[in-house]
Amino acid sequence: MRDFSYLRATSTDAARRAAALPGAMLLAGGTTLIDLAKCGVAEPETLVDITHLKGLDRIAVDERGATIGALAKMGHVADHADIKSRFPAISETLWQAASAQIRNMATIGGNLMQRTRCPYFRDPSNFSACNKREPGSGCSAIGGVTRGHAVLGTSEACIAMYPGDLATALVAFDAVVHLGERKLLVDDFFLLPATTPDREHAIEPGEMITAIEIPGSAAARRSTYLKIRDRQSYEFAAASAAVGIEVEADGRTIRDLRVALGGVATRPWRARAVEDALRGKVLEPETVRAASLLAVEGAVDHGANHYKIELAPRVVARAILKLGETA
Amino acid sequence: MTKIPVHLDINGQHHELQLEPRVTLLDALRERLGLTGTKKGCDHGQCGACTVHMDGERVLACLTLAAQAEGRAITTIEGLAREGELHPVQAAFLDQDAFQCGYCTPGQIMSAVACIREGHAGSDEEIREYMAGNLCRCGAYPHIVAAVRQAAQEFAS
Repeated sequence: MRDFSYLRATSTDAARRAAALPGAMLLAGGTTLIDLAKCGVAEPETLVDITHLKGLDRIAVDERGATIGALAKMGHVADHADIKSRFPAISETLWQAASAQIRNMATIGGNLMQRTRCPYFRDPSNFSACNKREPGSGCSAIGGVTRGHAVLGTSEACIAMYPGDLATALVAFDAVVHLGERKLLVDDFFLLPATTPDREHAIEPGEMITAIEIPGSAAARRSTYLKIRDRQSYEFAAASAAVGIEVEADGRTIRDLRVALGGVATRPWRARAVEDALRGKVLEPETVRAASLLAVEGAVDHGANHYKIELAPRVVARAILKLGETA
Repeated sequence: MTKIPVHLDINGQHHELQLEPRVTLLDALRERLGLTGTKKGCDHGQCGACTVHMDGERVLACLTLAAQAEGRAITTIEGLAREGELHPVQAAFLDQDAFQCGYCTPGQIMSAVACIREGHAGSDEEIREYMAGNLCRCGAYPHIVAAVRQAAQEFAS
């Protein structure tokens, strides 16, 4: 790991100013950044440590929604009683992510900045071509081993999968990211790779995530996260779905439905086509399974990741039907 | 890069070191302080061998900069036993023969102590889920689960 200078921020404003300088990066839990620095992917000249800032780790929940400070730890949010009762899918994405140790380090703000696990991106000494790392250098994954790569939102420049769980639920429930004064839907915070896969987030130099706000809703209250993996725990999703549902008084007609996919796309992926197809419909297995196929509309595989196109709709359908049973 | 002064509180003892900013807590413990009980496995946050406690919570020393640990109370495997008496989790690992080569064991034990304290050792299933961040190449998992279960029951009674 190349050496860098270390600055401990004493205020949010000081952190923002220091991190805006060339070569500087914010350091929170470090679970992505220190790892990537060891891989030779991140080469910061200065790290601005924000983990000693006070007051940015608050978790406040009421009827209107939840506001989670950027420095709240993943593990603390996962175990928060009001998050569990009002936003079960949020808690589930968190405790099913990473390991207990990493969840005690990683922050909610840092979680949104998590980078892809694409093995070609992570290995500059063996694979020089990576448009995400070096714009214009090409993509080593296309034509390579693609079992873990995205099938949705890809471009000719990049097929790297977005690996996070939390943001999948955040886009489903219209969460908003606070960049100081500026507020942005999490759905607009994540960018498609298109021709500029090096630019992953709509965040500008001098900005810092300060909080995430999740509006309360009946669908968020009755929600779940289903994560299918190659092994039972401590693994990224092969395909996952964050789902929330609200039914009419009859207990079977869908009033509101939220569906987002993880493990299959280049960014957290809201499946509005599934939501639109099922809103107003009666919750029945055949209807749900047929509509869930819309989740992978436009999907393109690169050989070994074809299974994701079959798996994702099944995960969506199972998650919706599981919630339906609790009606 | 110029070295910076780093003050660390390890197992109740104060240390003052001069370190390059890039030095991880793991390297500071092992290479500078001779506390080699904390193991370096993958050095990328994937195996759990370097698990220590920071302000009572389990974290990975390989992805924590030593400089970040300033002002936090660090506990390593060397700080677990009290006056020559093994910590109940250490004793449970011996009772249950919960290791073969032993390399992952300090990390397993530090993780298990926290797992029980967090209240995540209520069933074998929960123990497996919340101990998932500690890999064991020898595959001693059934005995590790038994040791965590035994220690959790001792704490509960």
